[in-house]
Amino acid sequence: MLKIKNLHASVEDKGILRGINLEVNPGEIHAIMGPNGSGKSTLASVIAGKEEYEVTEGEIIFEGEDINELDAEERAHKGVFLSFQYPVEIPGVSVTNFMKTAINETRKAKGLDDMPANEMLKMIREKSELLEIDRKFLSRSLNEGFSGGEKKRNEIFQMAMLEPKLAILDETDSGLDIDALRIVANGVNKLKTKDNAVIVITHYQRLLDYIVPDYVHVLHQGKIVKSGSKELAHELEEKGYDWVKEEVNV
Amino acid sequence: MELQDKLVSSFMAFEDHLEDASPIHDVRNQAIKLFEQEGFPTKKDEAWKYTSLKSVLKHDYSLFPKQETSIEYKDIKKYLIHDIDSYKIIFVDGKYSSYLSETTHDGIDVCLMSAALAKPKYRLVIENYFNKAATKDSLSSLNTAFSSEGAYIHISKNKLVEKPIQIVHFSTGNEAALMLQPRNLIVVDENSHVQIIERHQSLTNNPVLTNSVTEIFANKRAIVDYYKIQNDNQNASLIDNTFIKQKQESHASVHTFSFGGKLTRNNLNFYQNGERMDSTLKGITIIGDKQHVDHNTLVHHIEPNCESHQDYKGIFGDSATGVFNGKVVVEKEAQKTNAYQSNNNILVSDKATINSKPQLEIFADDVKCSHGCTIGQLDESAMFYMRSRGIPEKEARALLMYAFSNNVLESVKIPEIKQRITKLIANKLGVDIGFDL
Repeated sequence: MLKIKNLHASVEDKGILRGINLEVNPGEIHAIMGPNGSGKSTLASVIAGKEEYEVTEGEIIFEGEDINELDAEERAHKGVFLSFQYPVEIPGVSVTNFMKTAINETRKAKGLDDMPANEMLKMIREKSELLEIDRKFLSRSLNEGFSGGEKKRNEIFQMAMLEPKLAILDETDSGLDIDALRIVANGVNKLKTKDNAVIVITHYQRLLDYIVPDYVHVLHQGKIVKSGSKELAHELEEKGYDWVKEEVNV
Repeated sequence: MELQDKLVSSFMAFEDHLEDASPIHDVRNQAIKLFEQEGFPTKKDEAWKYTSLKSVLKHDYSLFPKQETSIEYKDIKKYLIHDIDSYKIIFVDGKYSSYLSETTHDGIDVCLMSAALAKPKYRLVIENYFNKAATKDSLSSLNTAFSSEGAYIHISKNKLVEKPIQIVHFSTGNEAALMLQPRNLIVVDENSHVQIIERHQSLTNNPVLTNSVTEIFANKRAIVDYYKIQNDNQNASLIDNTFIKQKQESHASVHTFSFGGKLTRNNLNFYQNGERMDSTLKGITIIGDKQHVDHNTLVHHIEPNCESHQDYKGIFGDSATGVFNGKVVVEKEAQKTNAYQSNNNILVSDKATINSKPQLEIFADDVKCSHGCTIGQLDESAMFYMRSRGIPEKEARALLMYAFSNNVLESVKIPEIKQRITKLIANKLGVDIGFDL
């Protein structure tokens, strides 16, 4: 589904990603871990198409197509979804209206008519129940005044509505209490099928007890320096990242 | 001949052709003298520092179109709020169109200034109110001198006027260039409520200059809601002079939606004579190309325990220029005044300009007054967020701009106007999304 080959990316001429190779197949869950500043969030943003980052070398192949030249919205239309570490507050746009616009613009890009209003309402009801989101919440301005947990639940609600092929969860666990974490993880697990894939980006192993990865990768100085099974996450939790860094330097 | 000279010399002929017995004969004569002395304002005048009339005064305007033009309802329907039942006072090239209008004398007077000036039964109202709110500045004086047509609305005591009143001026392009000077008088007596929608629309690309004066009197406990829709074409310019005198416990609001026109200047003045009243001034300006919109507001707090709320939002693209000059005066006696003013702007192009100048003159010591002004760009992180959800750049931009300005719509009481404005915003931003919030 996703093939990243020798990806280099920089922001304002500062190299952040320095040769990433990663392959994600349908049905898989990959975790990307690493210390602060290792390039985890940059990788997520580059896959989603953030313009500030310049890809200087390498390829991002999604479903057989190089998506490097595509705009963020075109990647979204193809089924890429990024759950933001810091969801942006947009005063004056309600959650419902935002979702309606996103879904109908995606349908428009695929040559489909707008989703009928009753179908949309039904979907909103089902998906908000999945994430245990109060209906009143949906008429509020997007992320404005939301707590950390509400913001993250709202991200996964959007994921549920958009049904992406590839979801990248960027530090979705940060700022979540244990109940919110459970709700979010439960949502992600319920949305998981054999046809879609998830990349979980996290600093801590905690989330991976709930969203169990098939593969764990360690990112350090813009490169994947170690890959393994879910056991690797436990090892990192116990020993920290220093031993990985040392191993690399040797 | 310069426009000023042309106006002054045509005044004689104009005044001759009216009856000497006109109740405003003297007022007109004084007004033309004032205009003759002062002339059109220039950028040397402090209040006109950022707005130059030069480019709109250069045309050879016809002042009194001779030919009457009839237009069909189907051609103008889209410029009306047509999905509501309303009274309509419609003018074509400055002349009243009875065919397109719907007026009334049933308990209230919704009719014409020309009739009110001519008929004895209106004489008392004219003597009491005409030119009693307008200031003696040169442009208002010019309008006063040539006052002959416009809307005359008198709502007597305890009337809730359920149908809004639409005042619409069309120009057909029958003249190579046309200057219009409509004059509206609106008197709302005790306990009455009226809603008015005003629009000026040119139907061709021939230059049009409108210098309009509207005087509104909101008497004790009256409620007046006024909506101005300014979405004219590239060669039409508007100088709107509106004066509102309020008495105790009255509420008056003016919403101005400026989306088009070559040059638009709004001189909006509120005078509060009485206690416990409320004035609301709100506006959304979205312009591009080389359009120019200037909001020049005044709220004069004269007595205690009153409020005023000003909220103007502006979005400027291309080489468009905007001006906001908001003055709030709180007299010494006007204790416990609450006056709020905010002006927020987004510049979406490097060449767009906004000049924003809040002016507070406070002579009382126990008041709450605030003002704030911001000028910014669209939030790029919000743009990426929306685009990553599949909303294309143009639509994302439009949604953000709509979200930026839509709190101004919250106080619009007529849902059909809200819908229409929302549609106009979508058109203006070139997108086909509903914004249905």
